[in-house]
Amino acid sequence: MIKIFVCFFLSISIFAEEGTLKIGAVFPMTGPIATFGQESVNGIKLALEKINAKGIKGKKIELIVEDNKGEAIDSANATRKLIEIDNVLAILGSVASSNTLASAPVAQSKKVPLVTPASTNEKVTTMGDYISRVCFTDNFQGKVMAKFARNTLKAERAALLIDNSSDYSKGLAEVFQREFIALGGKIVGGDDLVYQQRDVEFRTLLRKIKRANPQVVFVPGYYSEVGPILNQARQVGIDIPFLGGDGWDSPNLQELAGAGVKNTFISSHFAPDDKDTMVQNFVKLYKERYEEEPGAMAALGYDSIILMADALGRVKDPTNREELKNAINSTKDLLGVTGRISIDENRNAVKSAVVLEYLPGGRHFKEKISP
Amino acid sequence: MSEDTYYFLVDLLQYLINGLSQGSIYALVALGYTMVYGIIKLINFAHGEFYMIGAFLGYFASTVLKLPSLLVVLFSMILTAIFAVIIERLIYRPLRKASRVSALITALGTSLFIQYFTQISIGADPRPFPDLAQQKTYVFGEIYLTSTQLIIFASTTILMLSLWFLVKKTKMGKAMRATSFSTEAAELMGIDSNKIISLTFFIGAALAAAAGILVGMYYNSIEPMMGMIPGLKAFIAAVLGGIGSIPGAMLGGILLGVIENLVVGLWNGTYRDAIAFVLLIVILLVKPSGLLGKNIKEKV
Repeated sequence: MIKIFVCFFLSISIFAEEGTLKIGAVFPMTGPIATFGQESVNGIKLALEKINAKGIKGKKIELIVEDNKGEAIDSANATRKLIEIDNVLAILGSVASSNTLASAPVAQSKKVPLVTPASTNEKVTTMGDYISRVCFTDNFQGKVMAKFARNTLKAERAALLIDNSSDYSKGLAEVFQREFIALGGKIVGGDDLVYQQRDVEFRTLLRKIKRANPQVVFVPGYYSEVGPILNQARQVGIDIPFLGGDGWDSPNLQELAGAGVKNTFISSHFAPDDKDTMVQNFVKLYKERYEEEPGAMAALGYDSIILMADALGRVKDPTNREELKNAINSTKDLLGVTGRISIDENRNAVKSAVVLEYLPGGRHFKEKISP
Repeated sequence: MSEDTYYFLVDLLQYLINGLSQGSIYALVALGYTMVYGIIKLINFAHGEFYMIGAFLGYFASTVLKLPSLLVVLFSMILTAIFAVIIERLIYRPLRKASRVSALITALGTSLFIQYFTQISIGADPRPFPDLAQQKTYVFGEIYLTSTQLIIFASTTILMLSLWFLVKKTKMGKAMRATSFSTEAAELMGIDSNKIISLTFFIGAALAAAAGILVGMYYNSIEPMMGMIPGLKAFIAAVLGGIGSIPGAMLGGILLGVIENLVVGLWNGTYRDAIAFVLLIVILLVKPSGLLGKNIKEKV
């Protein structure tokens, strides 16, 4: 009888040993912000090679990637599929806050930890205790750019140009506006300066901005629309600095903006020309593998899976999602390529931001701002 | 004149110029809608995709084949037109005698198929469009006019005049008008209606391809879904002008472009698309035949 029990337990443990730790990933692999999804997954895969070579308690992580096309509905569906069909332990994703905000309620109600590498909107982690992130929030990012506009560029009048179809854009604009006014600046132009995802015609909007006579324009959008905006802005005679957030940080921005990229600054998570050895190793490895310079999304993807692996390593039973959630939420001083990651009580990462300047050769480190 | 009035007037003029360029593009696409509808009573929802394919063929002709600009345009127009003829032959012709709803749904399906097939085969990233002509900006006081806008005005005018000449002054055009009037009667007179329908698709798609290239140059960004919204807008333009009427499509396109830019310029960008679609509803309620359409009662 005892023998049978022993055999039974042994077989269970052997069976468990053989299994992999399934982690789902929901990213925009296609659609208007496709380079963000592709970069994130590239970053994740790069880190996975290292993680799986060592293994976590003798197991390997199996990554299941789902495409959400940059759409909210597809994000919710992909999340449901990963949980119900693939039975994943946890989920990484997504990039656009509107997408993660659609995934989060699904993950929260099924009690599956969801870590977003790059969604910076404040609301994302308020969806529940199973939702956390490895990036800073727009509250911080907006402050950084407001300070930069006011103190470094000495601007007194700023205009906002907002992507009305994006929670990220609206949230970031709000913070910037509040901070810029608090620093003694003035927002010019009305709240009618808005566009939508996939818009290509901005000349009339830009004319209104020109009439409002700002000294800087803050465009918290995504590169697919920001590219044409910058391109057209210079054509209609607006030569003042344009500022943005991490939504610009794609290798495609420069191609779409052409010469318009001159005199623009963004806040982001990491600078590829940072002298830090960990960053330089990552950049070198990434360039070797994918033949392009990594952007912020690649770095955040890389860090998100490092955080996941770290949490999986600290729990007794990695298949217990509640324990895993607690481990993720208690992450302290984890070294990533985007800085030292600690998850605070609101499940946000407390980290520094960098301001990058676009020069003809690429993105260049301008200043680093700590919280 | 006070300073405010002066600013208002120059800005208005600038919005009109921007609207005219955008409207010219809508008009070129709307022409294809209206011509196809005029002949086979089909709203070809895949027409926006011809515009997208035109832009991408132009992109590849310029970046991969490295053709000179004028050849790029011709290459893309002809290839897109041939593609449209094939689509018509393979997909719409077998449905010629089917109910209008079947044909309409097939057109929607074709549109989605082309969109997603393009997305899967070449990727969904927006791509910068190669410079086919040197970009220059002309400044007159406070009015900004770019060389691309001038190219858009010029090429739209040339294309529309050639279309007018073709339809009104040639034998082929006469056959098209006859087929549009009554396919059966035209066939009895010895007109090969299949050939005329193919020709209509050919011309419509060639115009859409030209619009696609112009848009690529104008916005420096093309992507597989770029045909969706302009396709819908061109449909509105065609209905606005009177579907089936060629001058109507031109007028509708330009009007819609101007109205959109005035909404963004003088009011609020959020309402731009809403206004465009409200316009569609209003015109369907008040004057379903459109501004220049003929009021023909359908016999039962």
